Amino acid sequence: VENVRLLDRLSSRKAVLGTLYLTATHVIFVENGSETRKETWVLHSQISSIEKQATTATGCPLLIRCKNFQVIQLVIPQERDCHDVYISLIRLTRPVKYEELYCFSFNPKLDKEEREQGWKLVDLTEEYNRMGVPNNYWQICDVNRDYGVCDSYPTEVYVPKSATAHIIVGSSKFRSRRRFPALSYYCKDNNASICRSSQPLSGFSARCLEDEQMLQAIRKANPGSDFIYVVDTRPKLNAMANRAAGKGYENEDNYSNIKFQFIGIENIHVMRNSLQKMLEVCELKSPSMSDFLWGLENSGWLKHIKAIMDAGIFIAKAVAEEGVSVLVHCSDGWDRTAQVCSVASLLLDPYYRTMKGFMVLIEKDWVSFGHKFNHRYGNLDGDPKEISPVIDQFIECVWQLMEQFPCAFEFNERFLIHIQHHIYSCQFGNFLCNSQKERRELKIRERTYSLWAQLWKNRADYLNPLYRSDRNQTQGTLHPQIAPCNFLYKFWSGMYNRFEKGLHPRQSVTDYLMAVKEETQQLEEELEVLEEQLANLQKSQSGDSKVKSKQQNRSKQLGLSTSNNSLANTPQEYSNDLKSFPSRSPSQGDEEDSALILTQDNLKSSDPDLSANSDQESGVEDLSCRSPSGGGCLPSEDSGKDSDEAVFLAG
Amino acid sequence: LLRSSQPLPGPNRRRCREDEALLGAVLDEGERGFVIDTRSAQAAKQARMGGGGTEPKAAYPQWRRLHRPLERGRPLQESFARLVEACGDPALSMDRWLARLESSRWLGHVKAALSTACLAAQCMDREEANVLVHGAEGTDTTLLVTALAQVILDPSCRTLAGFQALLEREWIEAGHPFHLRCARSAYSHARLKQEAPLFLLFLDCVWQLSRQFPFSLEFGELLLLTLFDNAYASPYGTFLCNNEKERSLCKVKESTHSLWAWLSQPEEQHKLLNPLYSHNALVIWPSVEPQSIQLWQGLFLRWIRPSQHLEEAWAETRRLVEGN
Repeated sequence: VENVRLLDRLSSRKAVLGTLYLTATHVIFVENGSETRKETWVLHSQISSIEKQATTATGCPLLIRCKNFQVIQLVIPQERDCHDVYISLIRLTRPVKYEELYCFSFNPKLDKEEREQGWKLVDLTEEYNRMGVPNNYWQICDVNRDYGVCDSYPTEVYVPKSATAHIIVGSSKFRSRRRFPALSYYCKDNNASICRSSQPLSGFSARCLEDEQMLQAIRKANPGSDFIYVVDTRPKLNAMANRAAGKGYENEDNYSNIKFQFIGIENIHVMRNSLQKMLEVCELKSPSMSDFLWGLENSGWLKHIKAIMDAGIFIAKAVAEEGVSVLVHCSDGWDRTAQVCSVASLLLDPYYRTMKGFMVLIEKDWVSFGHKFNHRYGNLDGDPKEISPVIDQFIECVWQLMEQFPCAFEFNERFLIHIQHHIYSCQFGNFLCNSQKERRELKIRERTYSLWAQLWKNRADYLNPLYRSDRNQTQGTLHPQIAPCNFLYKFWSGMYNRFEKGLHPRQSVTDYLMAVKEETQQLEEELEVLEEQLANLQKSQSGDSKVKSKQQNRSKQLGLSTSNNSLANTPQEYSNDLKSFPSRSPSQGDEEDSALILTQDNLKSSDPDLSANSDQESGVEDLSCRSPSGGGCLPSEDSGKDSDEAVFLAG
Repeated sequence: LLRSSQPLPGPNRRRCREDEALLGAVLDEGERGFVIDTRSAQAAKQARMGGGGTEPKAAYPQWRRLHRPLERGRPLQESFARLVEACGDPALSMDRWLARLESSRWLGHVKAALSTACLAAQCMDREEANVLVHGAEGTDTTLLVTALAQVILDPSCRTLAGFQALLEREWIEAGHPFHLRCARSAYSHARLKQEAPLFLLFLDCVWQLSRQFPFSLEFGELLLLTLFDNAYASPYGTFLCNNEKERSLCKVKESTHSLWAWLSQPEEQHKLLNPLYSHNALVIWPSVEPQSIQLWQGLFLRWIRPSQHLEEAWAETRRLVEGN
C-alpha cells in the first residue's frame, strides 16, 4: 500500500511517508526519500494487537502493538486498504500451525553441520556434571524416558539416590500434571539443593506415601541438614482455595521434617493485567510526573518484580547460609517455580552470571522443565487467558540485579533485551511449543536454528565491560539488600520504552567502555610485539632489520559511540504553545536494533549491503551506517548546522 | 540571556521609560525577545496588587511573555522534606513507596525546572532570540533557570572550571540568599519561612543532565554532593551570607578560605573529575519525559543504600579509561 504515513509516537506532527508491505512473515514499512531508505521490519509473531481507529480527514489510522513493546502508528489513506491490511494482519498474526512460524523458513545460510553444532552449544548433561551430579546423593533418572510419567518434564531428570522408580512414579501421581519433585540446582559446597515440583493433590486430607518418601529422600540427600524447606510461591489464599479442588499444599504434620513457607507471588492473570496497566502508562501522551508515578504504582508491576526477587533471595539464603535444601512449587510448577528457581540459582552461582551460564540457566529451568512458551507468549493463536509475561519478569529481575551489581554479570542489558525479543519473535526454534516432548515431535533441532548459537557468535556485542571474574561482586553469592530497598527497583525504560530513543541517555557508556577495553587490549598486544622486536634488535648487531609495527586501525576505537550519528540529539517539544518552534522528534535511526540478530556475521563491518533482506529482524533499519568507526555515515535530516549531535568523542 | 526581578507597574500600571529603554536596547530593529516569567499568569497578575506585576505588552512590544510556574519557598521545602522522609522509611511497601515518592512532588519540580531551562535554551539556540528570565525577586527560580540554561547551551559551563565560574556568577554573585535558603535542611522540624532548596534543585537537575549525557560533563556526582554539603554547612566562606554586600560587610574574603581553592588541589580534583568526559561542543538537550527523570539516589539514599558495588563499578570504569 502506497502513501502510508508512519507517525512518531512522541510528536504526532512528525510523520514519514512511505510504502507498506505485507509478506508471509513480516510487515515492512519503507520510507520514501532519496537519501536513506529507512525500513521498519516487524515480524508477525511480534505483533500483539492491531487496532483500527476512526477514520479522520488524513486517512485511516492503524495502531500496531508488539510484544517487544514497540508501538507503530500508521495512517493509511484509503479506508478500504486499511481494512484489507487489518484483516490480513489479523490472520497473519494468528498462526494456526507451527509450520507457519518464521523459524521454519528462516535461513541464515548455515549448513546442516553448523546448525547441529549450534544446538549442541548448550548441553544440560554437561551442566549437571558441572554442578556435581550425579554423585553419592543424586542420580540421573530415566523413568520418564518416553515421557511416560510426565509429559511436560524432560526425559532426563535428577533425583535423590534413595528415590526408587516406585517412589518417583507414586509421587508423580500425587502431583498436579504429574510434575514430581526433581533437582533444579545442586550446591556442591554443602550438598544443599533446590528442587522443583507442582502442587500436591492433597485436597483437605489426602496423603501419599510415595510423595512423602520423595521429600524424605530429598532431605536425606543433604546430610548437613535435618529438615528441608517447602516453599509455595502462591499467596496463601490461592493455595488454600486449591484445596477445594483436590489440590493444595503440603501439610507439615504429614511430611516429616519439613518447614513450610508461603511466599505470595500473584498468578498469571494478575501479572498480565499488571503489565497491561504499565504499558498504558507508557502510551500516555506527555504525561506529568504524577501521571507516570501513579500509573506505575497502580499497575503494581514493580511490586511483583520485588516479590519474585524476594522469593529468590529467600531460597538462595536457605541454601548458601543455612545449608538447607528447598523444594519449590506453585500450582503447576512451570511459571512462578521457574522464575524463583532461576533467580535463586543466579544469586547462588556466579556461573549463571556469565553469558554461557545464563543461556544454560534458561535452557534448564525454562526450556527443559516445560515452561509453556507457546501458551504464554502466543507462538500460535490460542487462549488469551494463557498469555502472561512470566519470563519477561524473570528477565527484568536480572536487569534489576545488574543495576545493583554493575560488575557482577558478564553480559549487558542488550543481551537481555535481545533474548526477550526472540522469545516472541519465533525466528529461532528454542522457545517453541510447551514441552521438550512437543519440540522433539516437531523435530525442532533439525528444522530450525538455535538462538544461542547466534548470540554466542555475536557475543562481543553483549559483553559487560565492567565484568571481571576476579571481583568481589562476581564471586560467590550475590546478596541483594532485602530492606529497605523499594527504591532500588527502577522502571526499565530500556525495555518498555525501547523504541523511543529520545528517552534514553544518548550516549552508551557500555559501548564506549567496550571500545576502550578493546583498544587497550590492541595497544597492549602491539606493545608486546614491539618489545619483542626491540629485544631481537638488541640481540642482533645488524642495523638492517626493520621494525614493523602493526598499525591498528585507531579510528575504530573511540568512534564507537558516534554510532548514533543518525540519532541526532534534538530537543523534544518543551513547549506546547509555541507553534513557531520546529517540532523535532527525538527518535530516528536505531543502531541498537539494527544490530538485532541479522543473519549476516558482519555486524560490525562496514558492509552496507544490509538492504531488503528477508533474514532481517524488526526494528528500524538504518541502512546508512553500521560501521562503528563512525566514518562515512550519511547525515540524517537533522544533521548539518542545526544538528546537535551530542556524541563526538575526540579521537 | 538576561535576568532580573519583576517589574513594578503596580495597581496603577505605572511605566518606566528607563526600563523600557534598557530592554529596547537589547533588541535590534525587528528582533523579538522572550520574557520567561517563572510565576503563573495568575500569580503574576496578583503581584500587581502588591506593587509588582509583569511587563505590559504595549510598553514592551518586541517582547513576548511566557509563563512557566516553578515552585519555590515553603512548598518546595515541604516537597524536599517529604521526599527525605519517604526515603528514610524502612517499613514502606513498594506501593506505598511509589505513592509517597509521587506525593512529595520532588521529581515533578525537577521536570518543570529542566523543561523551563530547556525552553529558555531553545529560544536562544533555535529561535536565536534574546531571553529575559525573572520571577518575583529574581533570586531563586530565576537563577535556577538561567544557570541551568547555560549548562545546557554552553560547553564551557560543563567543564569543572566553567561550572565553578557559573556558580560564582549565577548563584553567589547574583545574590541567591544562601544563608536564608540553606539553613536547616530536611530533617528540621522548624519550618523556616525563608528556607527553600532551590540550590539543591539546581544540583539535582545537573545530575539528571550528567545521567543523560554521561560523557559531557567534566565533573562527576561527587562535586554535586560536595556543593550540596557545603551550601548547608561549610568550613569555607564561599556560601556564606546572602549577597555580595553582606559578604563585603562581613569581610568574608579576608577572613575565610574559599571552597574553590580547596577543590582545586590535585588530589581533590582527581576525585571530582568524570573519567568519561570528552569535550562536547554541542548543546545537550535532555529528555524531560517522566521515564527519563530519576530519583537522585546518590543524594537522597546516600546513607541508606549500599554503595560498595557502585563504587566498585566506578573504580573499574576509571581503571579502564585511565589505565592501571
